[in-house]
Amino acid sequence: MKRKIEASELIFKIIAYVLLIIFAIMCVYPLLYALGSTFSAWDSVKNGKVILWPDGFQIESFKLVFMDNRFWVNYSNTLFVTFVGTIWCLVYSILGAYALSKKRLMGRHGFNFFLVFTMWFGAGVVPQYLNYQQTGQIFASIVGGSSMYDIDLKWLIVLAMGMNATNIILLRNSFEGVPSEIEEAARIDGATELQVLTKVYIPMSKATIATVALFFGISRWNGYFWAYKVLGAEQQYSWPVQVYMRDFIEKNTGLAGSLGDDRDIPDVGQATSMVYAMVVLAMVPILVIYPFIQKYFAKGVNMGGVKE
Amino acid sequence: MFKLKCDDFLIYDEATGTYSMSAEQRVRDETERNRWKSTGFTFLKDWRLYLMLVPMILVYLLWKYLPMTELLAAFRYGDFQEVSDRPWVGFNNFKEIFVGAYSSDFWMAFRNTFVIAFYGLLFGFPLPIILALFFNEVRSNIARSILQVCVYLPKFISTVIVTSLALALFANQSESTSQGILAKLLEKISSSSHMKAALDGSVSSGVVYTLEYFRSIYIITDIWEHAGYDSIVFFAAVIAVSPTSYEAAQIDGAGKMAQMRYVVIPSILSTVVIMLIMKIGGLLSVGYEKLYLFCPDAALGNYQVAEVVSTWSNRIGDAYTTRAFGIAGEMTNNLIGMILVIGSNTIAKKASDVSLY
Repeated sequence: MKRKIEASELIFKIIAYVLLIIFAIMCVYPLLYALGSTFSAWDSVKNGKVILWPDGFQIESFKLVFMDNRFWVNYSNTLFVTFVGTIWCLVYSILGAYALSKKRLMGRHGFNFFLVFTMWFGAGVVPQYLNYQQTGQIFASIVGGSSMYDIDLKWLIVLAMGMNATNIILLRNSFEGVPSEIEEAARIDGATELQVLTKVYIPMSKATIATVALFFGISRWNGYFWAYKVLGAEQQYSWPVQVYMRDFIEKNTGLAGSLGDDRDIPDVGQATSMVYAMVVLAMVPILVIYPFIQKYFAKGVNMGGVKE
Repeated sequence: MFKLKCDDFLIYDEATGTYSMSAEQRVRDETERNRWKSTGFTFLKDWRLYLMLVPMILVYLLWKYLPMTELLAAFRYGDFQEVSDRPWVGFNNFKEIFVGAYSSDFWMAFRNTFVIAFYGLLFGFPLPIILALFFNEVRSNIARSILQVCVYLPKFISTVIVTSLALALFANQSESTSQGILAKLLEKISSSSHMKAALDGSVSSGVVYTLEYFRSIYIITDIWEHAGYDSIVFFAAVIAVSPTSYEAAQIDGAGKMAQMRYVVIPSILSTVVIMLIMKIGGLLSVGYEKLYLFCPDAALGNYQVAEVVSTWSNRIGDAYTTRAFGIAGEMTNNLIGMILVIGSNTIAKKASDVSLY
């Protein structure tokens, strides 16, 4: 028997649909607006005539960004840091989480506390910066340089940044959830510790690992502040693309509060349109990966409500 | 004559009236004495496990714990280039930021940290719950997936892009900025003189760089970024409500509002409380990256409301002469933050058995 839909239910449903659609449009509109402005005539951009669809089509600003050598050098830096950095973070996080998930590990509570304490208390911006400077200096002296800028600081970014204790704890909890019978069966078949990890635990926690990899990757791709602080103006060839974009905005537009004196692009509309073009290009990899990985992170977040 | 009742570890010899140790106890003593050997043996047997911990421990020691040693600078007199030249001054630097020359700056930053976080909580916390309740109404899987893809997306956009888009969309038309669509909209709908002044092109700063509107814009961008993604947890709680509960309520004649009130809200309440407690715990860890991008310069109009403790510490920490004050200020902020986190976590643990750590 089909239940009669009550009026209150119908009204609530309509309100829900309408508000959700409005919110969803608000979420994607700025990005579509950026896309539209990239291809709009510079004068239309300048006078705010663009609403969604390109107003007076041009492809020049996109071409200018596309032909910009430094943009692509910095873009490849970001790709490098994201790729290698995510792998590095995953490797030590999976190894550590696996060890922490074992009840027979001595001093397990101590190691857990060691990890969790970093979530409670951080040294702060200035001490962290001084620390990066010193470790960069040490790395440089190992390879025979005198200042930290003698080495390619991309490697410092890869090794030292993007730490996240929450991710390790997510992995640990997922490993703890793997039934011990499977591990025992593997051990009886003569599997070593590393084989147990790679053949049993990793395949059985694929969803969590994908989620954690996504979190690491996103934070790498989006990182700005520390890369900017550590690299500064001294090592522009290692800049990630986020730093380059911000630098472009500061130099060529008044958006960052004050207009830089060394404006390369006199036309405001052109500069703004180019900023939008960079925004669009910098989002491409995330938009490409996003649909594939979308199904994982809902799972990952719900694992966040964890128990000990 | 009394006789000791200790047969399990001593043997009483009737003939001589003396006690001697039993064989079992001797074995037990031996095991006890050799316990370290077996401990050492399991340790050696599991050496691979400990080796696996090494990279993680190393990374955390080098880049999480080593920076904490720099905090000692907060207790030294800062005005010398060489660390070894700086004498210990105890809590003088703290005195300086609490009541001394830097107190007005520090308390302004501290107040801003708190106010921004509080407004973020006030406006940012209910919205994900409402979104989750709304998502539950969308019965079509395809429609819901499309909507979810849209609202989760902003979470994955970088801070630089978010701030750049906010700045560009709210920018007024001036010699160095193009008019953004939101500024145009505000110009059309707003009649307040403050807004008119903020949108005046000759001042060339824009709405973002005003005292009056910065907080609202910051909170709006924050909600834009996080609301959809934060709704995932609540949505999971909402769909976990058993359909039979709804049916029972419907048979009892409950309308939609009554179902919300008596079925859904009580079911998700524990999740809501836990998330709220956790959010309160993270109150003082405001994202400094975004605020730094919104207010890179102390000369900007929104400085008075956008400067939080981390950005203030970063600003005055650039010069070694004032660095000690910055470190001391942020250390205070982080210590209070730590108390909040631990306190909220303890409460959450008491309230339910869910704990984040």
